[in-house]
Amino acid sequence: MIKKILIANRGEIACRIIKTANKMGIKTVAVYSEADKYSDFVNMADESYYIGPSAPNESYLVIKKIIEIAKKSKSDAIHPGYGFLSENYNFVKALEKEKIKFIGPNKNAITKMGDKIESKNLALKLNLNVIPGHTEAVKDPKKAIKIAEKIGFPVLLKASAGGGGKGMRIVNKRQELELNLKAAQSEALNSFGDDRVFIEKYITNPRHIEIQILCDKHGNQVHLGERECSIQRRYQKVIEECPSSFVDEKLRDAMAEQALRLAKEVKYDSAGTVEFVVDDKKNFYFLEMNTRLQVEHPVTELVTDVDLVEQMINCADGKKLRLSQQDIKLNGWSIESRIYAEDPLKEFLPSIGRLIEHQEPKIFNKDEIIRNDTGVSSGSDISIYYDPMISKLAVHAANRDKALDLMIRALEQYYIEGVDHNVAFLISTLKNRDFRRGDISTNFIKSNYPKGYAFNYGLNSSILIKFINIASLIFLKCNQGNKTKVLSVINGSDIYKIEVIECVSSKQNTNLIIKNKNKEYSLTSNWTINEKVMQLSVNDQIEFAKIDKIHNFNKYSITVEDCSLDLIVSSPDTAKLFDYMPEPKYEDLSKMLISPMPGLIKDISVKQGQKIKKGEQIVIIEAMKMENILKSEKDCLIKEILVKEGDSVSADEILINFE
Amino acid sequence: MSNIIEQLEKKRKEAREGGGKKRVDAQHARGKLTARERIDTLLDENSFEEYDMYVEHRTNDFGIGKKKYAGDSVVTGSGKINGKLVYVFSQDFTVFGGSLSEAHAEKICKIMDMALKVGAPVIGINDSGGARIQEGVASLAGYGDVFQKNVLASGVIPQISVIMGPCAGGAVYSPAMTDFIFMVKDTSFMFVTGPDVVKTVTQENVTQEELGGAKTHTSKSSVADGAFANDIETLFEVKKLIDLLPSNNREKSLKKKTEYQNLNPDYSLDTLVPDNPNKPYDMLELITKVIDNRDFFQVQENFAKNMIVGFGRVEGRTVGFVANQPLVLAGCLDIDASKKAARFVRFCDCFNIPLVTFVDVPGFLPGVSQEHNGIIKNGAKLLYAYAEATVPKITIITRKAYGGAYVVMASKHLRGDINYAWPTAEIAVMGAKGAVEILYRNQIKNEKDAETKTDEYTKQFANPFIASSRGFIDDVIKPQNTRRRIATALDNLENKELSSPYKKHDNIPL
Repeated sequence: MIKKILIANRGEIACRIIKTANKMGIKTVAVYSEADKYSDFVNMADESYYIGPSAPNESYLVIKKIIEIAKKSKSDAIHPGYGFLSENYNFVKALEKEKIKFIGPNKNAITKMGDKIESKNLALKLNLNVIPGHTEAVKDPKKAIKIAEKIGFPVLLKASAGGGGKGMRIVNKRQELELNLKAAQSEALNSFGDDRVFIEKYITNPRHIEIQILCDKHGNQVHLGERECSIQRRYQKVIEECPSSFVDEKLRDAMAEQALRLAKEVKYDSAGTVEFVVDDKKNFYFLEMNTRLQVEHPVTELVTDVDLVEQMINCADGKKLRLSQQDIKLNGWSIESRIYAEDPLKEFLPSIGRLIEHQEPKIFNKDEIIRNDTGVSSGSDISIYYDPMISKLAVHAANRDKALDLMIRALEQYYIEGVDHNVAFLISTLKNRDFRRGDISTNFIKSNYPKGYAFNYGLNSSILIKFINIASLIFLKCNQGNKTKVLSVINGSDIYKIEVIECVSSKQNTNLIIKNKNKEYSLTSNWTINEKVMQLSVNDQIEFAKIDKIHNFNKYSITVEDCSLDLIVSSPDTAKLFDYMPEPKYEDLSKMLISPMPGLIKDISVKQGQKIKKGEQIVIIEAMKMENILKSEKDCLIKEILVKEGDSVSADEILINFE
Repeated sequence: MSNIIEQLEKKRKEAREGGGKKRVDAQHARGKLTARERIDTLLDENSFEEYDMYVEHRTNDFGIGKKKYAGDSVVTGSGKINGKLVYVFSQDFTVFGGSLSEAHAEKICKIMDMALKVGAPVIGINDSGGARIQEGVASLAGYGDVFQKNVLASGVIPQISVIMGPCAGGAVYSPAMTDFIFMVKDTSFMFVTGPDVVKTVTQENVTQEELGGAKTHTSKSSVADGAFANDIETLFEVKKLIDLLPSNNREKSLKKKTEYQNLNPDYSLDTLVPDNPNKPYDMLELITKVIDNRDFFQVQENFAKNMIVGFGRVEGRTVGFVANQPLVLAGCLDIDASKKAARFVRFCDCFNIPLVTFVDVPGFLPGVSQEHNGIIKNGAKLLYAYAEATVPKITIITRKAYGGAYVVMASKHLRGDINYAWPTAEIAVMGAKGAVEILYRNQIKNEKDAETKTDEYTKQFANPFIASSRGFIDDVIKPQNTRRRIATALDNLENKELSSPYKKHDNIPL
């Protein structure tokens, strides 16, 4: 019987595992690095131990240290979470020797599935659908070109030990292969310590759909349906759902059958995920098997009502699966949004720093579920050492439309300050018509935001009306002595005339009837000035807004849905005067290269006085183990280089001045 | 009777037209509002009561005798800002370029007298070409009268100057004597002598903007306390400041009945101070999390950024905040920071605004230029200001409080009423490394020795407990409770009375 679990992980997944362990009456042990000293999971666990410096290879990846603490704390099992040591053969082997249970599959399953080339060979042997490609790692560029031409361009270069998009590159042309191969190899080496890269056919407009399976040590197997994870940026999933709007029963059964066949072959004995790529004709191909708990497991849990962590613990304990395939029902719809500290305006570059404010959405109706898996709270640090994920926000409702609406409403209440984040981008995606229809692929973001996500992408007249209502309400709340019957709401050079028909404001409640272009709006809210999230009812419809800043009695920064505006409210007489106000002068930023994020200067490809063409590489910045290439946006002359290789730079630091 | 009323309306209409449509249009074309438009923007609707609308200048020299405008080149009167009485003068650039005539000066003096009598703030909107040359010495006398009034009113009622156009020559000295100066970006400037004179005398080529624009005065000279995008936004900010300030020196900074505010712990503050003593953090986060609605009115935001000063409310009561900013120059005290904070402390003391001081100061900034420019006397200004202040003084040491700078920053020794420290506080005569170098000069043989001794010193002295054991610190508080502790302290100190020996006035080291 497992009585005490050490969690060899951090952040939200550590918190998640602790919750289930608590439910099962199992004690928990946390290990933490320097950067995680004050993290929430450390406080949540029954015991916690320091394991070393912040860099993962000095703490969370050091098998010896973790085993030492497992022994010291008398833990009888270890849950590895995802990432870190979750799919590490040596770790499982070492645990076996110490007679500590590994909450995950057996080591052979890990070895066979962990190596992409080996797993593909096994899949071929079992007659699973497999993407055409070469099954051996390729080092030599010349040989690579030959293979690629045989498969046909476009091809995909993939790191053998990779995952999460690291070391993955699409190559469209023969000429681009050699350069990309080198880059993929070096990225693979940096990230995984293994530079093997292989080549396969690249499938256009693919969907990423995976099957969740659960197996015990006694040969029992079930699957828990699929998850669709097609919405990805930087090859990493951002929105996942269960079930998939694309999968019918026939497809589900076929995919699940292959998934379970593969699992049986390797005597799989835990929760696992078999990933497939599905084309628009519902052909599916085996991609890989993840022999761990997936990041996006909550959506499956919400739809099947199965606690996957609990099942994993029981399987590791040698218990028989109590679930049969008939017990697994896909009930309703679940969506998960990954809230990241990143800047969607700058190609989703990671953002780090202190979370000044982290305010989670509130549960609203009893029949709806909002689940937020997070490991941070106000005052936490988003550090440079780990994945900049803030939380996984998951919702569950009766059907997809309702789940989407609920997710938008939850995101509208999610207030984050201190780091850049993707909340507005997520709302924008969830509102997208193609997404609503379920018309998605892994290229969704690229094809829907061809020039990148832009600020206030979704601004339209109906959102503007919401802004005007909210600004009017703030004005009347901030200026309680105000007797004016007509207000002007000013957005840049546009002025909207608002008639105040009724205004009753008490300590708790503001009731307001206003008229905007012959349309009446009845607004009610119990918002107080110190609250960041405003809930209001507009003609009996519930709406949410974020009040980012009240600058003075007249000027407010507001976020509605995926848009943010600075609005001014004044008397009509004052509003008229805005016509005379000069345009503000902005500093000319076109003559400098500005660091989009904090990081390390890896390479400077230009010299002072050099003339460069548009699109030419100027600087490589490394942040969070990712190399980011900064290219020139126009033909120009390098006037001055302000940094050198090896410098660490902050976000918005000027790196280079152009002539 | 109806005839008379008609005449009155006609006169009023004339006065409201200022310098006429052509000049008004020119004013607008410069991105500036007229004197009356500014007043209307600043004051509550229909609250303006004008004085001296029919006053005219009295000169006949140089042929301006026939050119007369009702009210001359300034609009004056009283009005309300969010219900609070204020007195205003607004110079009219469309009439004789807003130049100051004898009559103009008299109008200003009149409302200043009124404001003093009733104890209401004065807001002066400056947009003037300077002295009325045609009036000669009479105009200069007018300036002199205004200066004298400024000085008499100083410390009795708040005086705020808003620069919304040119303000040059002698004219700059009236704003200079008021409590706060705000400027409009790109359209206002202040200097004693303009670029042309500068060029003739010193051969320096400089634009108006570089010499005395809003950016120069908010970041270099510290003449101005803030600059905003345009006329309207500047006036909005003035409204906000007026709302925060008491009307006069007899009024107390009282708890205002506000909406529900929360005094619950803010756990995020427990992680504000990083473990590494050399890692900076943003002190502004602490201020905004301690005050109501995160609404902080920062004064001189772009000058001496190693020191933060400004107003905020705690449970509805206006408080003056003074804080070292570890993000800039490690938060140390230098000449600029000392001057900036000293003036702010004295303003708060004049108007019974309690002071809350957040301390993270490694000491005074060393350097030849600091010494040669008089850090001794300039640093003394802050020490002096804190020591003489009799308003409630609450001090919280968040991290470093070293040496003389510890004493300066509203310590117990300068009549601090309530002195708290966070557990992360290090109150010591200097940093551990420096202390060890002096204390063990002859004993340290190698680096390892130094390290051990430094660790020892840190353990023993770099904490709040030695100071607490002497009563210099009243309590070591949890960061999460800072807002509640400050709110309680302010309540307790509401009726504080403290007097200093009789004097004509003090002699602060200027």
